Amino acid sequence: MAATNIETWQSATVVEKIPVADGIARIVLIPSLPLKAEPGSHVDLMVEINGEQAKRSYSVVESNHDGTRLVISVMRAPLSRGGSIFMHGLVAGQQLEITQPLQNFPLRVGAQRYILLAGGIGVTAVANMAAVLKRLKADYTLVYVGRSRSAMAYLAELSELHGERLEVHVDDEGSSLKVPELVGRADADTELYMCGPIRLMDAVRRTWVERELDLPNLRYETFGNSGWYDPEEFIVRVPKLDLEVRVPQGRSMLEALEDAGAEMMFDCRKGECGLCEVRITELSGAIDHRDVFYSERQQRLGTKMNCCVSRAVTSATGARSDTNHAGPAVITIGVS
Amino acid sequence: MTVVQSTSSTTNKVLPHPLNAWYVAGWDHEVTRKPMSRRIANRPVALYRTEDGQVVALADACWHRLAPLSMGKTVGKDGIQCPYHGIVYNSAGRCVSMPAQETINPSATVPSFPIVERYRYVWIWMGDPTLADPDLVPDMHWADDPGWAGDGKVIHAPCNYQLVLDNLMDLTHEEFVHEGSIGNDALSQAGFEVTHTSTTVTLSRWMTDIEAPPVWAGYLRERFPDYRGNVDRWQIITFEAPSTICLDVGVAKAGTGAPEGDRSQGVNGYVLNTVTPETERSSHYFWAFMRNFKLDSQRVTTQTREGVSRIFAQDEEMLVAQQAAIDANPDYEFYNLNIDSGGMWVRRILESMLAAEGRLAASA
Repeated sequence: MAATNIETWQSATVVEKIPVADGIARIVLIPSLPLKAEPGSHVDLMVEINGEQAKRSYSVVESNHDGTRLVISVMRAPLSRGGSIFMHGLVAGQQLEITQPLQNFPLRVGAQRYILLAGGIGVTAVANMAAVLKRLKADYTLVYVGRSRSAMAYLAELSELHGERLEVHVDDEGSSLKVPELVGRADADTELYMCGPIRLMDAVRRTWVERELDLPNLRYETFGNSGWYDPEEFIVRVPKLDLEVRVPQGRSMLEALEDAGAEMMFDCRKGECGLCEVRITELSGAIDHRDVFYSERQQRLGTKMNCCVSRAVTSATGARSDTNHAGPAVITIGVS
Repeated sequence: MTVVQSTSSTTNKVLPHPLNAWYVAGWDHEVTRKPMSRRIANRPVALYRTEDGQVVALADACWHRLAPLSMGKTVGKDGIQCPYHGIVYNSAGRCVSMPAQETINPSATVPSFPIVERYRYVWIWMGDPTLADPDLVPDMHWADDPGWAGDGKVIHAPCNYQLVLDNLMDLTHEEFVHEGSIGNDALSQAGFEVTHTSTTVTLSRWMTDIEAPPVWAGYLRERFPDYRGNVDRWQIITFEAPSTICLDVGVAKAGTGAPEGDRSQGVNGYVLNTVTPETERSSHYFWAFMRNFKLDSQRVTTQTREGVSRIFAQDEEMLVAQQAAIDANPDYEFYNLNIDSGGMWVRRILESMLAAEGRLAASA
């Protein structure tokens, strides 16, 4: 349906917050200006981090027919930028500023076959889609991937609702997803919707391209918050502005530069549009490209990066960096 | 989104339009490989056909800078290219080519609308696509049934769709608006019966042993050239939500049993009407006149189409004037007559559909 992305802000009351898996809370909100949430939609909301307001996006897991009750779920990320800690501290009765549901991940009605792929907390983005496809009697498979069952929210509910259409892969049970096998099941009339860690999504995208399937049939949502490496603190230098800025673990390079008074160009803040691109002139360390704007070829060149989501890390080995490295990565950039 | 306050179920002069419904976007012959634009339910829509002939309906505004896609051209098997910066969308409204960069922004989509092609019309669903059940397309099968012949047109009516529905649900206006063609005083003298379901309203009126109005006398002579006597005339008006009205109309030689079900001594027509809201104050009014006599005569098809077209021009003139008067007299109410009962049931049904969509406050 119509993707509408006009941000209409409203207040919402938290009426329930319960744990639904290890580190994952289900939060029920009653918005003051209800609008039905289509499958794939999310809300932006204001969180408070160290006394400052910041905007975060959360998928709408469930909405009743008139949108008077919205459910989101939040994972407390150990290395979060602070938003999930705030969300986990909410109590019933508390007020939040939220937008009406926004749509960047619309479900197209009418495809021959669907594969919905959820990795971990990514299940929040596809749960609603799966419910709609079931109601439409569509041909769909919901593939849910997690590290361990106890960390997988809504497993029991999804199993009850979708029966054999739900396919579960759990790493610590040895039933990890085999991406080539999964993509091998897709044909030209299959649409695959996915939300999960960037490694998973990248593997699917690679296989999708190798198999010469139509890219527009591969749908995904990132919110730009998942990388190849754990986020680290790093230093960014901007000679043109005579700036040297520390980018803490919980803050993006764009935010850190703005904090330091740099006037930056940007738009989507989730690695899609390419407007916040900066030129890399010197680097000690490696770039963790977290955007979807660059092709693989462009990312490999390493000459530019999207500073809203991508980061510098010390390790260039490709393995997850350990915490005992010597000193932060340092990157020197040119800005427009 | 419009929400109107209804203090009584009878006083809304005009209504907003339900969105969860099929509306006609165009005649099948209007939609071709060359994109066209039509505003439907307040939203500009680009319509075109794929190489395979499937109709595609996309929001007529490019994701990037909102340039109208309908000004662009169709490309490849099912795509359309924005005329401004060359962004290409497929039939699902997804960007498949973004010039000047190596990847495609995953957010780059334009809304696409469900389409059903049926009864020579292209039907579109502007509301929640997960509710777009093709079985809900209103019945207008006479338009392509081999037992019927005829043709129709589309009128761009500068008035709210509700006023067209009112016009068709109460044909006593024929005596005054269409005097000398299909109207005479037998109309307002005859009684009528109204029945309804949750989605339909039927109004039947029989006028027995009357002088045939000029147009009907002419149709009857097509089949019975020598008959000059009185007729039994019927008008059975069926509304199907949200905005389709099929008129089963005809005359038979008086006293030959038409009211009891034997129409063999008569001629029968179906006036098929379906009204698509364009804006709150304008409508696309699709009509056709289908007949069950002289099926192979193109002359009769052309003559009836042009004849009905002249009659509907009289309605259009009245509807335009009525909308202008409504706008000019915002403080005046509508009052209702007994003859309005068909139209009032239509309003009830529309109001319940609007209430279900959260677009009409409950009656006080």
